[in-house]
Amino acid sequence: MQGAEILLQPGVFPRLLQGLWVTVWIAGVSVGLSVPVGLLVGWLMTLRNPLIRILMRIYLDFIRIMPQLALLFIAFYGFAQAWGWNLDATGACVLVFVLWGGAELGDLVRGALESIPKSQYESAYVLGLSPWQTFSRVILPQAVRRLLPASVNLATRIVKTTSLAVLLGVVEVIKVGQQIIDAHRFEFPTATLWIYGVIFFMYFIVCWPLSIVARRLEKRWAHD
Amino acid sequence: MDWAFMTHYAPYFVNAGYMTVFISFFGVLLAVVLGLLCAAVEITRIPVLYQIVRAYIELSRNTPLLVQLYFLFFGLPKLGVVWSAETCAIIGLAFLGGSYMSEALRGGLEAVPTIQHESAQMLGFSKAQAFIHIILPQALSTAIPGVVANVIFLVKESSVVSAIALADVMYVTKDLIGMYYDTYESLTLLIITYLVILLPISIVGTLLERRFDYARR
Repeated sequence: MQGAEILLQPGVFPRLLQGLWVTVWIAGVSVGLSVPVGLLVGWLMTLRNPLIRILMRIYLDFIRIMPQLALLFIAFYGFAQAWGWNLDATGACVLVFVLWGGAELGDLVRGALESIPKSQYESAYVLGLSPWQTFSRVILPQAVRRLLPASVNLATRIVKTTSLAVLLGVVEVIKVGQQIIDAHRFEFPTATLWIYGVIFFMYFIVCWPLSIVARRLEKRWAHD
Repeated sequence: MDWAFMTHYAPYFVNAGYMTVFISFFGVLLAVVLGLLCAAVEITRIPVLYQIVRAYIELSRNTPLLVQLYFLFFGLPKLGVVWSAETCAIIGLAFLGGSYMSEALRGGLEAVPTIQHESAQMLGFSKAQAFIHIILPQALSTAIPGVVANVIFLVKESSVVSAIALADVMYVTKDLIGMYYDTYESLTLLIITYLVILLPISIVGTLLERRFDYARR
């Protein structure tokens, strides 16, 4: 396996890790901001107001049916021309991932809220709990159990989708890899194989634990 | 909106749409075959093969398609394996989709209650008969929503193949924005093209789900 020495060249591995940090940062910020947006969207979707219902339906369906890369293009190229928002590539990524994550999470929140039987609300009322107590002590704990496994899976999908950032020109782990490959083209002609192989496993190491957590939660709460 | 621009470049998007459909069709087809094989191995738990399939599923589900494609298209030639961009795209989609399809199909098979197997046996069905006439129809019925969702997911993921220089819808859009700066028009055509491809799949999927939901009735 000649050429693997490229990974041991000074600076190569630390730089890849710095790139990975950018990837994880974008994904982390997006997931973090998706949570409040998702809760808001989920709550809006349970409302009976027909106008809100239709708007939410269009928002969710449009986000769901468009490829994430298409959404990124719309935000990066379209918004700049439409409203003069000069989002940098990182900003466009975070915006799209939050709108997308918020929509998906919102649908999960809606499903979780609607799956809780009416009798739970009525029983809480009869027991003399205030609306806030009902929500925080009775509804929320049950909703979270139905919500959390799928949300962790969504986080994994957001991390994987962060790879598209390179196509808008964000200098994240893939871009750093390409720079390393180009810089060592003549010394290490087989660098592409090793660098892309390492990036493949870097994504795996970030996403796999999340998948395992999601599966554990699913199993633990499956029979509640 | 510059309508002349849009009508002039619409045929480009038709061609690009064909490329997206072509790659997605064969990618999905191979993914279903791969998924069936993996589901079969997972259910029968053939030693060694089972471990290989589990490892494959974890690797495929926890890595992005873009990195898989770069590895296939730029990495593998260094080992002497040179594939065209089309082949890489189809194999990449199949590699990604195989694990998703396998999970959906396995879920369907496992959801068939044991009593169905036992009842079939009591009624004198052979194992093969029971599988074909009783288990498989119910398993497919449960698996269809997952499979449909995966097909849509894979068609959407195929947008990434523009990164290995395949002239799909994304590629043409980026080209036109770069060359003429007609951003609105190009993005509108992009949205229309994806809607034309994906809405029918979504509608047919919903109809299939309704038609075949007898396992839950």
